[in-house]
This record gives sequence, C-alpha cells and structure tokens, in this order.
Amino acid sequence: MFSNSKISNIIGNLKGIILENKLKIYLIILILALIFPFITNNQYYIYIGVLTLMYMILASSLNIIVGYTYQYLIGFAGFFAIGAYTTAIITTSFEVNFIFVFLISGIIASIFALLIGIPTSRLGGIFFAFATLGFGEIIRLIIINWDTLTRGTFGIPGIPRPKLFNFIINTNTNFYFFALLILLVQLFISYRVINSRVGRAWLSLKENSEAAKAMGIKIAKYRVLNLMYGTFWAGIGGAFYAYFTQYVSPDTFVLDEGFRIFAMVLVGGMGTLIGPIAGSGLLTILPELVREFARYQLIIYGVAILLIIHYRPQGLFGAKELAQAKVKDEK
Amino acid sequence: MATILKTDKVCKYFDGVKAVDKVSIEVEEGIILGIIGPNGAGKTTLFNVLTGMLAETEGKVIYKNKDITKLSPQDITNIGMSRTFQNIKLFDHLSAHENVKIGFHTKTKTGFIDAIFKTKTYNNDEQKVNEKGIKLLKRVGLAEKQEILGQNLSYGDKRRLEIARALAVEPDLLLVDEPTAGMNAKETRTIVELLDKLNDEGITVIIIEHDMGVIMNLCDEIVVLNDGNVISRGDPNYVQNDPAVREAYLGKGAS
Repeated sequence: MFSNSKISNIIGNLKGIILENKLKIYLIILILALIFPFITNNQYYIYIGVLTLMYMILASSLNIIVGYTYQYLIGFAGFFAIGAYTTAIITTSFEVNFIFVFLISGIIASIFALLIGIPTSRLGGIFFAFATLGFGEIIRLIIINWDTLTRGTFGIPGIPRPKLFNFIINTNTNFYFFALLILLVQLFISYRVINSRVGRAWLSLKENSEAAKAMGIKIAKYRVLNLMYGTFWAGIGGAFYAYFTQYVSPDTFVLDEGFRIFAMVLVGGMGTLIGPIAGSGLLTILPELVREFARYQLIIYGVAILLIIHYRPQGLFGAKELAQAKVKDEK
Repeated sequence: MATILKTDKVCKYFDGVKAVDKVSIEVEEGIILGIIGPNGAGKTTLFNVLTGMLAETEGKVIYKNKDITKLSPQDITNIGMSRTFQNIKLFDHLSAHENVKIGFHTKTKTGFIDAIFKTKTYNNDEQKVNEKGIKLLKRVGLAEKQEILGQNLSYGDKRRLEIARALAVEPDLLLVDEPTAGMNAKETRTIVELLDKLNDEGITVIIIEHDMGVIMNLCDEIVVLNDGNVISRGDPNYVQNDPAVREAYLGKGAS
C-alpha cells in the first residue's frame, strides 16, 4: 500500500537522522532524564517518571528474550511477580541489605526460568508462547493460594525502604534516580553480553537454528541461558516494584501486565536496546496524558499494537530496519 | 594414508522410503571425494546423517577412529567436521563478518562474566574472531563486503560466505553440498580453485555436485549413489566409464 510505505519512509528518514547523531541524541536523552526531577516540583510527575523507568527495566529484560532469540514469553508477569514476592517475603521477615535482596530476587526468577526453560526448550514460536502463558497464570494462582507464605489475596504490606548505610531511599526523587541507575547498569551489561560470543550465539538461534547447530552452538543451552538472563532482570524489576510501592498483591501480576510489557517491546521495536526504552516511555506516558479516559487504557495499547503491526511490523526502532539502514550507509 | 571417515552400512529410512540404504564408504585423509547421483539418490540425506543432523536408522559412522553415530551435530562440529547446505542457510540479517564470527563459537570461550567485565578471555576471543574472520572473508574474496547483510549478498557471494563460515570451525573434513549450483562458469571456477586450495592445505573435502566438469576436475575419488545405494566408486575415469553409472543417469540401454 502506498500510504504504508510513505509512513514507513517518513519514520525511516527520521531514523536515518537519529542514527547519524546517535551518541548525541542518547546523551541529550540522558541529560534530560537526569535533570527531569529538578525541573518539576509536581510529585505526581516524578512518580510517573519512576513507573516509566521501571517499565523500561521490565521491557528491556523481556526484549532480551523476545527480541534476541524470538522466544515469545507471554507469562512474563510471572517472573516480575516472583521478584516482587521474593523481596516482599525476605524484607518483611529479615533485615537484609537491599543490594543482596535485589540479587536474590533476580536469581530466584532465573531459577524459575531454568525450571521452565528446560522442558520448553524444544518448543518453538506459538507453542512456547502458550506454555509460558500457562506459567504466568500458575504463578499468580500459587501466590493467591499459598497464603501461609504470601498472605494470598491480602497481599504483603509494610515492605521497608531500602537503606544504604545511613541513607534511606525514600522520596519519589530518590527512587527515580535509583531506577535510572538500575536501568543504566542493565543496559550497560546487556550491551556487553549482546556484543560477545554469547550474544552472537543468541542471534544465531533467532536467525537460523539449523546453521547454528552446524556451527556447534548448543541450541537448548543458549535458549535457556537467554531466558535466565532476561528473567534475572525481570526479578530485579520486581524487587524494585516491591520496594517502591511497599506493598505487593496478586492483582498486579495479571496476564494484562505481561501483555502491557509485551506491547512496549512490540511498539518500541524488538532486538535493539533502544526499542523497548522508546516503547515503554511512549506507552507509560501516553495513557497518563489522557487520564480522563483511564478506563480506555487497554484500548490505547490495542490500537498502538494494531497501528504498529500494520505500518511498521518491526516496531519504531526495530532491529531489521536498523540493520538495513546500516547497509545503506555502507553503500 | 589414514582413513578419516568411514561408514558402516549406514541406513536412513523415512517410513518406507529408503533414502540411504546400507552405504559403506571410506574416505582417506587429504583427498577430495565427490558424491554424485541423480536427484533423490540420497546424497544430501547422507550428509545430514554424517553431520548428525539426522539420526541414522541403522549403521555406524566412524570419524578419526571414533564412533560418532550417536553424537549431536554440535559435538560433531566440535571434533572438526564442518558443512555447507544445499539450500544456503546464512544468518540473513547479520553482516558477512558477523556470520563468520559466529562460526568461531566452538573455538572461543567467552561466557557471561567474561563479556560483562571484558576479561582477558573476552579480549583475546574478540581479537581472534575479528582478525581471523576478516582473514577468512579475504580468502573467499568477500573482504570488501564484510559489512553487507547476509540476505543482501549476491547468490555466488552467499555460497562463498557459507564456505567461509564453515571454515571458521577449523575443520579437518569439509562437506560441501552443491557449492556451484546456479553459478556461471567464472564463479564456478573460483569455487573450484578455492576448494582445491583448501585441500592442498590439508582439509579433506567431500563434495556433492551435479556439475560433472567440477567433479571430474576436482575429485580424487567418486562415489555414485542411486536410490540410496552405492552403485559405483573409484577414480573419475573409472566411474565415467562404468555402465552402471550410465544406466542410472540415462536409463537402460543408453550405453
């Protein structure tokens, strides 16, 4: 369709400009992100800023799984929940340093990924999606029903604030910078992993698993490793959520939450580090701008997904387009 | 000379179809062996069985005096057997250089920790992969095209890239499946020269090919398959004049 290619071209040109000034633009975004809490006094805006950053962490972790190995993980909210509940249970029972709590939350989410990853490592595409959809729901039902551990539908309140020496991370602004730090560390580590032997192995599975086999790459191993790495950050995101809201309940971790994060990855573009950042930024801030229509939020997500699939299947900053733009530069 | 690869009555049946039936061949180290035969003779299936991509119904495959019948394709690659595919299988959305880099997987060791902290292992691996990758691309004549995506290469370049990638695992035995299919005479010649040179450097080559010019030029020995059976084997001259081969290709009474 003519109009399709036209819109695609406009976005493509825009991206050309963005690509040429990539570093400058990243730097400007980073500076804006750093000064944002100082240019507004409105606590609500900062609060939204924290949520946006949290979704950026979550979408970036899902993107590692969906975007780099094409494992369509639908039950992502389950791993988010595991991280949040691990933090909630530990911090309400013991006094432990929060850095340790974060790591444990990530690791436990990873262990669950290992447990589900081994039996599903031979499932491709839609079958993996359905299997993990079930997993997400199972986790939620376990949380509801294992009330001696999780207090069931009541949820766990009273999660203490994280404390570093004498400093307590307390205000929205504190949490804002804390989330920003986590996101930057995550992106830095992911960047390094992706641009290494491990990341190349992941890409080879996504590109052509037969050829990957012929290159001696152990497919199941790298699929499970990928799942574990991505869900580690989901656990970290969950831990952050628990510390920030000080209350976790099974209502948060419904399937919709998984789809919401999936939508962010899809809209922003899979397989690039910047894609899910853009997607989660857009899809957290956009619904806030039209808050009077809060109950139509899901419609916004739905429409956004439909528009993207129709006009730009690879997402705003998807990998395919990026790669092609690179080739044009070379020629 | 030593035998590098030996099959003992290897069979691969798909339900009732005997794609490969009791094939016993021996490949001496350092030669170029051609496998020819009409379409559907079982040539590619035999490759898939040798490389572990398909499990054999019966029989044994011995590589470097080791029984590799039950090994996975990854393990077989690991001990020095590498292949290309009849229908080219590249990593389409990655550059030529990246394609070759992935080929070095078994020859490098970087894990998560190495990558995150850029340890010595990481630095050594990346240096090795980058330099050797470029070297391999140069060797197959793709040095100027290293940044071009797999899918955007011309057909002949795709074939060349696949060979470069197969060489990245540093094989002793290279299996190439119709490397010159669909190429013009000039492109074919460069592939033949390349394979010949690789062979001179000590790599044993098994080649499936329909182009008889290539086969007769290149091969020290030829195995002819028909309906999954070996119907003839020997040096090019012998095979060319074997009535059984003529019959398989041209039908009864042709010779």
